[in-house]
Order: sequence, then C-alpha cells, then structure tokens
Amino acid sequence: MSIRLHNVAKTFGKPGRQTRALEPVNLDIHDGELVGLLGPSGSGKTTLLRIIAGLESADREPAGRILFGDRDVTQVHVRDRRIGFVFQHYALFRHMTVFDNVAFGLTVLPRKSRPSSGEIRARVLRLLEMVQLEAFASRYPAQLSGGQQQRVSLARALALRPDVLLLDEPFGALDAKVRQELRRWLRHLHDELNFTSVFVTHDQEEALELSDRVVVMSNGRIEQIDAPDTLYRAPANRFVFEFLGDVNHLEGEVRNGVLTCGDARLAVELPDGPEELLLRPHEVRLTEAPNAEAHLPVTVTAISPVGAEVRVELEADWLAKPWLATVRHADFERLELARGQRLFAVPRRWHRFPENRDAATHRTSEAIS
Amino acid sequence: MQRIGDAPAVRRGLILAAVALAGLFLLLPLVAIFAQAFAEGVGAFWSNVSDEYTVAAIALTLFVTLMTIPVNLVFGVALAWLVTRFTFPGRRLLQTLIDIPFAVSPVVAGLVYLLLYGRNGWIGGWLDAHDIQLMFAWPGILMVTIFVTCPFVARELIPLMQAQGSREEEAAVTLGARGWTLFRRVTLPNIRWALLYGVILTNARAVGEFGAVSVVSGAIRGETNTLPLHVELLYQDYNTVGAFASAALLALIALFTLAAKAGLEWRAARREAIA
Repeated sequence: MSIRLHNVAKTFGKPGRQTRALEPVNLDIHDGELVGLLGPSGSGKTTLLRIIAGLESADREPAGRILFGDRDVTQVHVRDRRIGFVFQHYALFRHMTVFDNVAFGLTVLPRKSRPSSGEIRARVLRLLEMVQLEAFASRYPAQLSGGQQQRVSLARALALRPDVLLLDEPFGALDAKVRQELRRWLRHLHDELNFTSVFVTHDQEEALELSDRVVVMSNGRIEQIDAPDTLYRAPANRFVFEFLGDVNHLEGEVRNGVLTCGDARLAVELPDGPEELLLRPHEVRLTEAPNAEAHLPVTVTAISPVGAEVRVELEADWLAKPWLATVRHADFERLELARGQRLFAVPRRWHRFPENRDAATHRTSEAIS
Repeated sequence: MQRIGDAPAVRRGLILAAVALAGLFLLLPLVAIFAQAFAEGVGAFWSNVSDEYTVAAIALTLFVTLMTIPVNLVFGVALAWLVTRFTFPGRRLLQTLIDIPFAVSPVVAGLVYLLLYGRNGWIGGWLDAHDIQLMFAWPGILMVTIFVTCPFVARELIPLMQAQGSREEEAAVTLGARGWTLFRRVTLPNIRWALLYGVILTNARAVGEFGAVSVVSGAIRGETNTLPLHVELLYQDYNTVGAFASAALLALIALFTLAAKAGLEWRAARREAIA
C-alpha cells in the first residue's frame, strides 16, 4: 500500500504561543518500500509518523491530505486506518501475557469479523513462531528482555495484517548488539511479508543500513529524500552532509585560486572571497611533505587504532576545531604515526555548500594527489 | 565497622520512644474503648448494640457509605482520566480544586451546605417551594459525605496514571479497541489496585465522618443519626457503656479497613518482587 502525504503540517500550542513542529510537507512512499525518517530530536520526524498513523491530527490550515493507496484517510480514525504501530518503549500491556498481548487486536474485533478462538490461537502462535518467542507465550512483559519485548510488540502490530507498519524509534532503547540483530531481522521480515514500512530513527547508520530510501528532516522540514548511497555521496545541502557523518571544516579567504588560512594553503578553482570547505575523515590523506597544491601543516594529538581503520585527531594553529582523519593500518605503520608528530594533510576530495542551496559542489581533486 | 547514626544507644533509645508513644497514643485508647464497652459484661454490650436507635444508626451509616462509594468511584476515575489524559486550559486549577475537601474543615463544609441548601438558603428556598428537603435528612448527610471523601479516589489515581502514561492506551487504539473495551481491558487492570485502595480510604472516612455530618443531620434519633453522632448522643446521656459499645463498632470497622489496606500493600510488594 503506497502512502502519499500532501501539504501536511502540524502546529502545537495555543494561538500566540505556537510552535511549528512540522512545516507543510509532501511525501510519496511507494508500495512495499521501507523508508526511514532520519533527523535530530525536534526535527518533526516522530510527529510526521504519528500523523501518518492518525495518533496526531494534522493542521486544518493548510488543509493537508493523507492517502493510503487510493483511499483518503485524512479524516479516518486511527483504529480504522489498518496500520500497525510499534512504540519506542514497546507499550506492551503489562498485565497480559505475551500471548494475550499479541491476540489483543484480534479479540477486540467486532463479533461479526472476529475469528474463532481456535483460529486466534493458531494465528497468535504462528506470529510468535515468526518472532521466535513461542516458548514465551505465557510470560508477562516484565519477565522479558528489551529485545524480546520489542519482538512481541512487532508480532502484536502484525496480528491484524496491517497495510502499513509504522515504527517509532523501534531500536532506540536497546543495546548496540541487540539493535544490530533486530535491524537485520526486521529487514528480512519486511522483504518476506512485503508490507510498506516507515520507521523513525536518529541513528544515521541505522537509517542508511535499513532503508530503501531515507527522508532526512530538520526543524520540521524535509531536507532530502534519496536512496542511502545517493544520500551519502551527493548530499543536497550542508545540514544533510553534516548530519550523516563526521565533518572537517576548512575556512579561509580565496585569492587567485588559492585558499589561505594562517600558514595553510590549498589550491582551489573558486572565485575570490571567503570560503568554507568540508571534508569527511576518509577524504583526508596524511603525508610527510607538502605538495604544490596543498600546504596544510598539522600535528597528531590523538590516535585510536580500534576497528578497520585508525582514527587520528589533528590540530593546528589555523584550525578552529581539530580535524579527524582515518588512515589504513598499512599507512599507519608506514608513516610510523605517533602523538606530537608533524605531518601535512592533503584533501582527496572536498565539498562546499554556499548559501544558495542549489549550488552544492563536490570536487574530487585527483589532480592534487 | 559501624554506620553513621547507628550507635546501639541511639538505636535502643529511638525504638523505646517509638514503642512507648505508640502504646500510649494508639494502643491504649483502643484497648480502653473495648474495655469500657465490655465494662458491664457481654450482655450489656449486646443490649446496647441491638438497641433500636443504635441499629438505625448503623443502618444509616452503612447506607450512606454504600451510596458514597460508587459515586466517588465514578467521579474519581473520570476526574483522574480527564486530568492525566487531556490538556485543557484550567487543568492545573482543577487539580488544585480537587484538594479543597482536604483543606477545608469538615464543619465549614457542613455549614456551607446548610447555607446553600437549608430552608433559608439560596437554593434551599427554591427546593422548599418544591417540597424537597435535603438538610436534616439523609440526602444532606450523603451530600456532605461525598464532599469530604471525593478527593480520595482521584488522588490515588492521578499520580499512578501520570506515571504510566497513555502509551498502552494508544497501542490499544491502533489495534482497534474502542471506548469501553479500551477502559475495561487496558486502563482498568492497570489502575485496579490504586482504585481499591482509594475505595478503602473513602469507606473509612465515610463511616467515621463527624464534623460535616453533625452540622447537616440534626441528629434525630432513629432517623438522621449516624453511628459517630450516636456515640456523642449516648455519651451526653451519661450512657458510657452504650457510647463505648457503638465506638467499639466504629473501631472494629477501622481495624478491618487497616487490615485490608495492609493486605493490599503486601500484595503490591509481592507483585513488585515478581516483576
């Protein structure tokens, strides 16, 4: 079932002291897609999800529309929207067993459409099997771990075979390892059952790993909607670029194709004037001598050799904030890196996002290296 | 290794003081009530308790209590639901207003009701013209009893419902539950122990209320005399055994209430231990 939002906005508070949680947004989610809403807290992502669910109503002015497939659900109550909702803190019924939790949606159906108790039982057991919790059917939520509770919550949401599955920070309260496992498991489940899912997260890695497409939000606005790789390689603006990973800043004055900042110099093909360039840690190369294009002297201040690459922190007089560079272990050994060592940084690639939003530049400076 | 403030002398002193005070101010009066009630033997006690007017007082007290509890139950749940699940202008003011019956002396409450609903009162005049008598009759007693007990249930529920939040109810709604089903299957099971606790407190207060009731009842023997008022009347008649026999009945109800309350608390502690 596809989801289409047209001109949906949300304002909280009484007249005079209002805050806009969501600017008017448009969003198309295709049938069978798994979409992540990504943004910092207060970006309006949870509000957007709750509006899709019907737990929150959109503003009357401007009049927005929400469509599930061809069905206009703007005025339809939550309970009739045929959605499954998974809450951040599970929201399991604490006085019911796991079985009763999962069965709840089926047992409150009107008598006419309610399956027989035998059929309910079979269906609940099948769901519990799917989430690998059939042995826990008679336990209470408080007797389960966080990851198990979240799986019960998922089974409960799927019991009514919803058209749309909505998840609010589903893995936010879990520890890193369980989160990783559940993420993979949710992806499998989604591919297998082929429903349309929307989930909210503030974790970039989670959004990029799990989603078919990611909706990046900030301050109640949608900043960019794209597939994870496009998003990472061609961010639409500075906010998206900075939110998706670590960023190094290089600020200076351009004169005759050379950007200078203190005793640092970098050849750039840009018009004269103040300029700010941004680099990812893996786009910084470290060498023992400067070259003709780049003269960026730095001092190594911290080294963290954990993981696939070595993370090196760099400082210099011309830098307001330290830089972060990632170096392959082989290069790390070749350069014999140590704290206090003086080196030169060479950008492999840089990005700039001038105030004019459409003029983002991503320059690969192969010529330099 | 000794902890701060745990010197044996201090500990023994404090325990002794606590026991002495509890015995002097709590246990001794209780013993005295039963001793006085049975001072002239079981026969005298029984003839006092089975006295026509005493039986009428017991009946009235139980009747008023049984009417008060369901009213406060519904009112308390509705109020707690309103205050914890909705935001509206004046919500904080309402939460403060709930406490008025606690803050105001029951005698004052009684007088206010008399002023409003008495024969010469603002509303009472109109009621009198329509031949409805509230004051110096059981409806008046019921009204002031409801007034003094109305915060108990709501006060028990509000903090609990605030702490629990509305996530479970939201989850139930996304699963298709509506109004009454939602309340019966999700909200009620989560608040039932607090609710029962509130009812026990309401019951204790309704049975024992003296001040407000004495102003509006008129204490007509056999008609508008509740058990606490009856104790005072008998005592003023120099019928000590009779007064203490009725007092013993009230004390028994109080003891039963305490036992029920302790039972609930024990249950709650045990459930917590399991979870």
